[in-house]
Amino acid sequence: MQVGLEEQVAPLQGRIPVFTRSVKGAFRRFKSGVLITAYAVFFLLPWLPWQRADAPDQAVLFDVPGRRFLIFDLTIYPQDVVWLALLLFIAAAILFFATALVGRAFCGYFCFQTLWTDFFIWIEAKIQGERPARVRLYRQPWNREKLIKIGSTHLIWLVASFWTGMSFILYFGYAPDLVARFFAGEAAAAAYITVAVLTLSTYFAAGYMREQICTYVCPYGRFQSVMYDAETLAVHYDARRGEGRLGRASARSGLRTLEERHAKGNGDCIDCKLCVQVCPTGIDIREGLQYKCISCGLCIDACNGIMDSMGFPRGLIRYDSESNLAKTEPAKPHLHWKRLKVIGYGVSIVLMAGYLVYSIAARSSFEGAVTQVRQPLFVVLSNGDIRNRYQIRVTNKLGAPETFSVGIEGLPESVLELGNLREVTVKPGHSAILQASVILDPETAARTHEVVFVITPRSRPAEARSESAGFHYTGNR
Amino acid sequence: MSEQNLQSQTVQTTGHAWDGDLQEFNNPLPTWWVYTFYVTIVFSVVYWLIYPSWPFGKGFLTGFSDITYVNKAGETVSSHWNTRALLMEDLNKADEMQKPYFSKVAASDFGQISKDPELSGFVLSAGKALFTDNCAPCHQQGGQGVVGFFPNLTDDDWLYGGSYDKIHQTLVNGRRGYMPAFGEVLSVGEIDALANYVASLSGIEHDAGKAANGRALFSSETAACYYCHTDSAKGRQDMGAPNLTDKIWLWANVPGSDNPEGKIAAIRSTISTGVNKGVMPAWGERLSPEQIKVLTVYVHELGGGK
Repeated sequence: MQVGLEEQVAPLQGRIPVFTRSVKGAFRRFKSGVLITAYAVFFLLPWLPWQRADAPDQAVLFDVPGRRFLIFDLTIYPQDVVWLALLLFIAAAILFFATALVGRAFCGYFCFQTLWTDFFIWIEAKIQGERPARVRLYRQPWNREKLIKIGSTHLIWLVASFWTGMSFILYFGYAPDLVARFFAGEAAAAAYITVAVLTLSTYFAAGYMREQICTYVCPYGRFQSVMYDAETLAVHYDARRGEGRLGRASARSGLRTLEERHAKGNGDCIDCKLCVQVCPTGIDIREGLQYKCISCGLCIDACNGIMDSMGFPRGLIRYDSESNLAKTEPAKPHLHWKRLKVIGYGVSIVLMAGYLVYSIAARSSFEGAVTQVRQPLFVVLSNGDIRNRYQIRVTNKLGAPETFSVGIEGLPESVLELGNLREVTVKPGHSAILQASVILDPETAARTHEVVFVITPRSRPAEARSESAGFHYTGNR
Repeated sequence: MSEQNLQSQTVQTTGHAWDGDLQEFNNPLPTWWVYTFYVTIVFSVVYWLIYPSWPFGKGFLTGFSDITYVNKAGETVSSHWNTRALLMEDLNKADEMQKPYFSKVAASDFGQISKDPELSGFVLSAGKALFTDNCAPCHQQGGQGVVGFFPNLTDDDWLYGGSYDKIHQTLVNGRRGYMPAFGEVLSVGEIDALANYVASLSGIEHDAGKAANGRALFSSETAACYYCHTDSAKGRQDMGAPNLTDKIWLWANVPGSDNPEGKIAAIRSTISTGVNKGVMPAWGERLSPEQIKVLTVYVHELGGGK
């Protein structure tokens, strides 16, 4: 039954246009809710103001020239790249977790390809009408009506794509100013290139390629299916109930009620093909679980609607697990979370999220790094003393200027020489370098292998931090 | 729609037939591939128009794009696109970006530069580049020098003085270090005595009797070491005569030997052959005043500055 790779004739098939019928139901409401929320966040967030002393008043601003990300009251510097790694890890673990539980939930409800395709289909349906009208328009020769309807659809798609690209770049500059400069032709070349690339890629991916992105381009779709097992909930057609002994049959007279159908040996599926018509990837779910299914649940909505109107029980197409469907007496579908895999993913998400929150909450107001000057490793002074030199780089991560002083631990303060810059005042988000020397007599030098510097921010002495570096001396030469 | 997925599996032939039944399959390349190929052809034609491409006569087609830059002599030059001009253009841009810092350096005195965190940060990076390009071949990357050849700039001992002004003077005018060879003038025993005395000044294990003779010779008119090194052997910075009483060695490779005999032999060898290779070139003509100023502060901050 299943149409999979093995039955595909050519390595690259020409696209068979998919005209989806709109549908009402719980899954459609959920998808619309996700779409509206995600769009509200993506398109409006760059316009959210946020009071700041040293940077534009924008709540989320990725300040690339300033090498910092401003996210509400949090400023992220390149040193904090580990947070990004943690975030990516958590995102991956959530993807695995969700897939093991409920299959391709990301694909069906949250993926931007799904969201934008959904939005583009909505535009298409508003202008060209419901599925039959669109199929008729597609088949009819080019005339005034077709030109206007298709043309205006594409025009609106392009505008939507353009604003998608535009909204993306607004995260990288102060939005009101960047929009003005963009249209005045004064923005950076990178802004125009990014907008052009995103406009075209959105237009083609959501307007033309659609389900082909999922089937030909996207690697996630393919590897998400690897994470399925028999207990994973997925959109399934209950073939045993739908087909019965003699297969599905339309609801013609004599086959209108369940009693009549069961008596004749037909299943509950009335072969209305609505589940196929609403499918955004153009598949027939009744052919079984397949790689093209993005698990959006629209066929469930469609089938439930038909079942209701027929007076049959709902759930001919439903979220269920393969193991449950294989049973002679299928139980009510439920989440199978008591599995090592699911619990393992869950625990790792909790641990990593906890660590990320802790790491952000316990972040320090400055960054201090001590490097030993290695050329030369040590210098013999005229009185025979040994000097090692160090570069101390302090980065101010606060929103205000801060003065830092440097001391030494475990050795008398007199061995530390700081030259002309005893203290250094650093602008917010900037770094400064202090040159330090440690001078020891040969005996002390021979048994000293490490020196510990203490970097103290003047306004927050409690946050003083120790940084150690090597001390080098190779005998009396 | 899935029933439409099944396409015809028969493959077309070109219609040619040889030997009666030998036919040729017609498997055209995918359309997207063919169009991509056409796009590359258009791209290369556009490329020829913009950039230098084909040999032509004795020269080559230069293309329509050009680059304008300012050359070393300060002239504005326009040329067809080439990587050397591109480099010059990039260097012009870098110069433009460094300009405010260099003019700030030019306007400040040495003390101000080293006390200003921003300027001293600039000196640290620009000075490092200048030092690497011009000074490191002799004084080494870190300024540590080479015993027997080039002075160490990171210690606290200076042949000609370690103040900003003295370092600046050394950089602008260069230096020439010289010590006459005493191999022909003094006997082997006298040189050995002097070497033992010089070793004693730095606390190296030595023969006390020889050293006492050496002390006398040092101040005598025969050897006349005191002329330059002074009677206390502390040297004279106005003529670059080194201090012999400290632990730092430049010409005699004392640190290179781990036994007293070897150390004294190294001193003997320097006394016999003298020093005539202590040449530091003058940079006043080669570098701009601001560059020399940056280098002065950089060398001063290497650790030895007074």
